[in-house]
Amino acid sequence: MNTWEYAPAPESRDIANLKPSYRMFLDGQFVEGGGEPLKSVNPATEEVLAEVSTAAPSDVDKAVKAARRAQDKVWGRMPGAERAKYIYRIARMIAERARELAVLESLDNGKPIRESRDVDVPTASAHFFYHAGWADKLAYAGLGPDPKPLGVAGQVIPWNFPLLMAAWKIAPALACGNTVVLKPAETTPLTALVLAEIIQQADLPPGVVNILPGAGGVGAELVNHAEVDKVAFTGSTEVGKLIQRSVAGTGKKLTLELGGKAANIVFDDAPLDQAVEGIVNGIFFNQGHVCCAGSRLLVQESVAGELLDKLRVRVATLRVGDPLDKNTDVGAINSREQLTRITDLVSAGEQEGAEKWVSPCPLPDKGFFVAPTVFSGVSQAMRIAREEIFGPVLSVLTFRTPDEAIAKANNTPYGLSAGIWTDKGSRILWMADRLRAGVVWANTFNRFDPTAPFGGYQESGFGREGGRAGLEAYLDV
Amino acid sequence: MSSPPTASTGLPPHLSDATRDETSLRRFLHGLPGVDQVGVEQRAAGLATRSIKKASKLWAIDTAISMVDLTTLEGADTDGKVRSLCAKARRPDPERPEVPPVAAVCVYPDLVPTAVEALRGTDINIASVSTAFPSGRSSLPVKIADTELAVAAGATEVDMVIDRGAFLSGRYGQVFDEIATIRRASGEAHLKVILETGELVTYDNVRRASWLAMLAGADFIKTSTGKVSPAATLPVTHVMLQAVRDWHTATGTVLGVKPAGGIRVTKDAIRYLVAVHEVAGPQWLTPDKFRFGASSLLNDLLMQRRAQLDGHYSGPDYVTVD
Amino acid sequence: MSDRLTVAKTYKLYVGGAFPRSESGRSYPVHDTKGTFLANAAQASRKDVREAVVAARKAVGGWSGATAYNRGQVLYRVAELLEGRREQFAAEIAASEGVNGKRAQSTVDAAIDRWVWYAGWTDKIATVLGAANPVAGPYFSFSVPEPTGVVGVLAPQTSSLLGLVSVLAPVIATGNTAVVVTSQDRPLPAITLSEVLATSDVPGGVVNLLTGRTAELAPWLASHADVNAVDLTGAPESLAADLERACAGTVKRVLRRRATEPDWTETPDISRLRAFVETKTVWHPKGR
Repeated sequence: MNTWEYAPAPESRDIANLKPSYRMFLDGQFVEGGGEPLKSVNPATEEVLAEVSTAAPSDVDKAVKAARRAQDKVWGRMPGAERAKYIYRIARMIAERARELAVLESLDNGKPIRESRDVDVPTASAHFFYHAGWADKLAYAGLGPDPKPLGVAGQVIPWNFPLLMAAWKIAPALACGNTVVLKPAETTPLTALVLAEIIQQADLPPGVVNILPGAGGVGAELVNHAEVDKVAFTGSTEVGKLIQRSVAGTGKKLTLELGGKAANIVFDDAPLDQAVEGIVNGIFFNQGHVCCAGSRLLVQESVAGELLDKLRVRVATLRVGDPLDKNTDVGAINSREQLTRITDLVSAGEQEGAEKWVSPCPLPDKGFFVAPTVFSGVSQAMRIAREEIFGPVLSVLTFRTPDEAIAKANNTPYGLSAGIWTDKGSRILWMADRLRAGVVWANTFNRFDPTAPFGGYQESGFGREGGRAGLEAYLDV
Repeated sequence: MSSPPTASTGLPPHLSDATRDETSLRRFLHGLPGVDQVGVEQRAAGLATRSIKKASKLWAIDTAISMVDLTTLEGADTDGKVRSLCAKARRPDPERPEVPPVAAVCVYPDLVPTAVEALRGTDINIASVSTAFPSGRSSLPVKIADTELAVAAGATEVDMVIDRGAFLSGRYGQVFDEIATIRRASGEAHLKVILETGELVTYDNVRRASWLAMLAGADFIKTSTGKVSPAATLPVTHVMLQAVRDWHTATGTVLGVKPAGGIRVTKDAIRYLVAVHEVAGPQWLTPDKFRFGASSLLNDLLMQRRAQLDGHYSGPDYVTVD
Repeated sequence: MSDRLTVAKTYKLYVGGAFPRSESGRSYPVHDTKGTFLANAAQASRKDVREAVVAARKAVGGWSGATAYNRGQVLYRVAELLEGRREQFAAEIAASEGVNGKRAQSTVDAAIDRWVWYAGWTDKIATVLGAANPVAGPYFSFSVPEPTGVVGVLAPQTSSLLGLVSVLAPVIATGNTAVVVTSQDRPLPAITLSEVLATSDVPGGVVNLLTGRTAELAPWLASHADVNAVDLTGAPESLAADLERACAGTVKRVLRRRATEPDWTETPDISRLRAFVETKTVWHPKGR
């Protein structure tokens, strides 16, 4: 046996231009917030990265009023073609600072640099680029001859794709003529504030985009602010329900992108090696911190043994560790809190009698890490088959017929995504028709594109992001 | 269809059944899981982003050098050309004696005696192409004679080509028999079976041809002759590495893979080694189980090796051109 | 005036293609706008809501799985049958809404035309809302609108037929099934509509109509975990926010109540069709 240890290949953290402190972005200026500053932590080392000012209720009010002014006086009146050019600028400037943003994202979030570099940052740029072009073409969106903006959008985003989620929220809002107050997640505020810097450098009129870091309280303050016309939230179903409840009766337009428990369904005629890749990508991409993660693997019984053998061999090759190392496949869990939730659910899986297999990969001594875990012999009744774990933990169930696969896949209150693996085209389309999921990936998984609408059925939320369908969320139609 | 002389012995029943007759063989090959082009290309591209630095890079370079089948397969080949190639094979970098020799020298059958002479006293293998290389368009007796000529002259490895025409028209039994026959004609020599993946076009075909060759007794499966474009590619090599890995799971036997053609620079070679490491497994990271069919790659490996050790870039005038 | 005593109609619920009385055994008197007694209507209970949701859920598979062409045919057939009952509807509207005969006639005409308009959308809405997504990679990606599922509809309180048709037809045109709480005080045209539906080709359970107290029934619909969406158009103003909050329990799609009942004579747009569809995006690689 030959051993070939890859030498560490870390991206330099200097590239991130990390500053000791970050301030919120309000009405075109970086200002101190009235809230208690928070400390953003590198989840891979548990060291404090920077201090970040947070918004007090009065700051939320100022930001919403600034956004209102900007919408009334400048942005809402500006010809679409002019708005478009501002948004194109943002897209380009994100691309120009791609490396810096990627390193900063990996530091703050814990995701592997390979993903922040190859997925998060380029897709964020692409999202602005795509939506920029819509700004002067909204009449062609099929939503009426002269669709109007809603006004001020209050947006709250999660920690799993900090920059990308900011792009998903801000780009369509701006293209449709709205102004924005956005609250990044408490544990991952840094890249959104660099995006604010880009927005400032792109010379967007003051107040068009405001970014207010803080904890859940700031988000609540924002979505409940009387002058907010539109609320967009990505995060847990639990919080989504609270928000839906709190905006009830206010007339605010609401879109929610919430949790999921996606079934990834593998038939015995699947391209098995690619299915294995798709399963790995589906659950271990971004440490499984993905709302559309393929967290329930449904395998046809006739191929279950062979597939699981291949899967374990493949999962064992995943390199877990330093997010900045270019060879890391699975990085750090974003927070201690999330780590605890994952380990609790893993214990529940063991207690409920599922068979646990854990990758023999070495883990770093410090930081928040979980080795890729695969539970087999899982039944629908187990918590690990029903609850969103949001971590690198896969639950494997089996089925015998396509009908049983559909029944099991749909047996959840969620409905965000699903995967199908089979070489039989007609079966793919038959399955796709019946899966209660907003995104169905057939013989692939976790593909995202600004032109392709994304969003859930049922308790995975409502409204779409991306494509023509995504514009509806930000227009008064 | 005749049974292969070596491979069928000790095969698990589902594999020995596969070669019972033409129908079984077809059913088996078409029953292999499909290969999704986009998926395998995406995986290959993803793995190609591995960053191999410092000691791990040096190890990779030396390992890659030791895996090179240093090749000349030109109409213009002469004794002189082969001799100088052999000199290069023995001591790839004359100023750096610690550089390992290459795995083999690969030539046409008529030049095998020259290579044997030039490599006497070394462990370097002498590979000969055969079976009417590169097209394979001749009769079986000619292909057998071609092989016997090479082996009799001292070739320790035979790089045969499959009959792609027969394969593409679905005459799998014919391809199987031919490989098995050449297997016998090769005697003790190691048999590398060239699939010419550029002519097979689809990954499904590459997977089927790989299994066909393994069932018929190949020691190695090899991508290409180097005379057809595309020659070796990373995703094709992924599919072939998956095949030998699955063969190992099924039989316990470790067969080898040889991408050939188009691999010219160290960066590419390292990408192949990463694929070997992570798709097949560490036990394939040896010249016994993985080879590069290449000529100009060697000099780039040597230059990169110097750059690693000397701390500055090297140039083509500092390595020998053969 | 004939000497003959007319046979008075018993107005019942319409659930799962059948006409049950309320399981509660309750009924309530329905009057015209001048206060004259017209009929007793069944007063549905929460258990009737439950039964109606069960019937609607059961019908989802068949109705959403039918071809759009077939749904169009079935819905168009309903318009044909409505035309046959034109006089009856006009009389009921005149009584229920207190309008003159001519106005009632034109309302019925508008309702029939509205039904035809939505019937024609069944096989066009996917073209208008769907897309082939030009993604940056070797994939075919397409998006199609799909029915949300079971939709609870609080029908307009004022416009007893045209308003009802305007909220119901778009729900079922896209393949949803509906549990409708009719106008509380003007339920008779809705019951007559259910008689039309029962004799049409609309499968039982696709439309379920409950008469009764909107304020009593609506909270059960809004909180029912097997209801996917709710149209609050006919909700009592004082209840609208509470109902919306109840909908949050299972993240239902909500079409909100407007401050005043819309003018149903206006030409509609597709916003009601858009309200109860889900966009499904499907990806597949392109390779040899």
